[in-house]
Amino acid sequence: MNSSVSIEGKSVTVFASDYLNKLSGEKIERECKEFLKSGCTQLEVNFKNTEIVNSIGISILLGVIDAASDFEADVIFSDVSEHTIELFEMLGLSNRVALKLR
Amino acid sequence: MAGNENKLIYTFGALAELGQEITNRKSFQEMIRTSLHLLLGSLAIMRGGVARYSRFRHEINMIAVRGLGEDFPPSFSLSETDEVRFLKTGLAVIEISQAKDDPVVSELAAAQNKKKLEVFVPLVIQEELVGFVFLGEKANGEKYTEYDREVICAMARHIGVGIAQRNMMVELERRATENRRLYDDLRFTYTNTVKAFAAAIDYKDKYTEGHSVRVGKYTEIIAKQLGWGEEETEGAAIAGYLHDIGKITVERNIINSPLRINAKESADLNKHPGVGYQILLPIHHPYADVPLAAKYHHERLDGRGYPDGLEDREIPYIAKMVNLADSIDAMTTDRPYKRRRPAHEVIEDLQRNSGKQFAPELVISFCEALLSELTGDKKRLGFTRMLGKEYLLKQDLIPQLKTALNEMNGTSSLTLVSLD
Repeated sequence: MNSSVSIEGKSVTVFASDYLNKLSGEKIERECKEFLKSGCTQLEVNFKNTEIVNSIGISILLGVIDAASDFEADVIFSDVSEHTIELFEMLGLSNRVALKLR
Repeated sequence: MAGNENKLIYTFGALAELGQEITNRKSFQEMIRTSLHLLLGSLAIMRGGVARYSRFRHEINMIAVRGLGEDFPPSFSLSETDEVRFLKTGLAVIEISQAKDDPVVSELAAAQNKKKLEVFVPLVIQEELVGFVFLGEKANGEKYTEYDREVICAMARHIGVGIAQRNMMVELERRATENRRLYDDLRFTYTNTVKAFAAAIDYKDKYTEGHSVRVGKYTEIIAKQLGWGEEETEGAAIAGYLHDIGKITVERNIINSPLRINAKESADLNKHPGVGYQILLPIHHPYADVPLAAKYHHERLDGRGYPDGLEDREIPYIAKMVNLADSIDAMTTDRPYKRRRPAHEVIEDLQRNSGKQFAPELVISFCEALLSELTGDKKRLGFTRMLGKEYLLKQDLIPQLKTALNEMNGTSSLTLVSLD
């Protein structure tokens, strides 16, 4: 259930859990903000394990995008399922972040 | 079309979750934080905040914020005039760019850096301004549509209801605390009045000065030893304080007679329990048994008491307690016709009459309480103050009390089950 992390220099990949809700989402947001503070310039959130993102999850991801923009870091959402891509596009997240289909 | 349907389903899901969140009984702060997440997430809004309005302080206090930056002020002031204006507007989405003259907007504008807010919603619930929702730009960069505004209003109403509920709870708690304080004041006044009555009763009898107060204290000690709660214990003490109130109608010369009184005088004196009952009955006491204690405190378990010759389980429990306390005080204080008895004799008497005059479990409770004070197991219960150190220490009562407690059985020989 917990997210895991992979770090390569200033690039960090955070793996989201199967259900991105408040509990798991806030953990990811905290982790991402910590990496950004400590100099990460390439932030990737990997959704390979994620099946559902609810509206709280969207709010949290917006927080990650906003924080990355504050630190002028690039952010990418990778391994996103087709269904979640549709959701991100519908809500306009694709305007703010690069999306990579699973 | 499919896109619109998906949007509708997604928004409906968020709204349903919000409804559930508002009715959850978890922390208010947490509820508001989650609600803000749901509102921002439902329309993909980059930033926002929820504030609570205090109409007493005319202050808007932020209770949840997302993405507004650390410089965002935690509170704003709002004049009464502006409050009235928002009450007229009602719950509606107000465009910040079109309300530059609004004092809330000008405060917001002054507070903002690059984290721009676009709209705000005064949370007017049942004609009361309870707070505000502030929202930034949408992730897609587009303006808010009519659909978005409807969603925002629906969700903001939910949040407003949550805040209104919380306000109501806080008000209820405040009133409950106030009521509790008033009740405590009332109880304090009642107890003091009762003590004043007790002093007045005792004043009539120069030989037994302080008797009612001591009986009240002994009854209280026994009740505590029995493990009674604070209010029940207080009720028992009150019953002790007032047990002799009927004596106010008995001639002073009978009460103060230095000699044994004659049969007629004795008959007059023996009316005091019934008279006490009649005096106390019309008073609405917080403790129901107070009049019964006055009426039956001279009854004995073996039926040889007065006024009604009741036996064991027929005697109200509180009357048994006051009877024991009354007898202890009678034996341990000087009377016009006899000196007080030594403490060891009093304990022997209590043990001997346990199950005859006194309820055994009450005698045991009394002995346990006295033993605990003598051994220092409990902080002073009041025996030393009432009886005097010299009196209590004249003989070592500890072994006697321990033996008595070992020998006594907590159940009356007359009845095994007390229905009181």
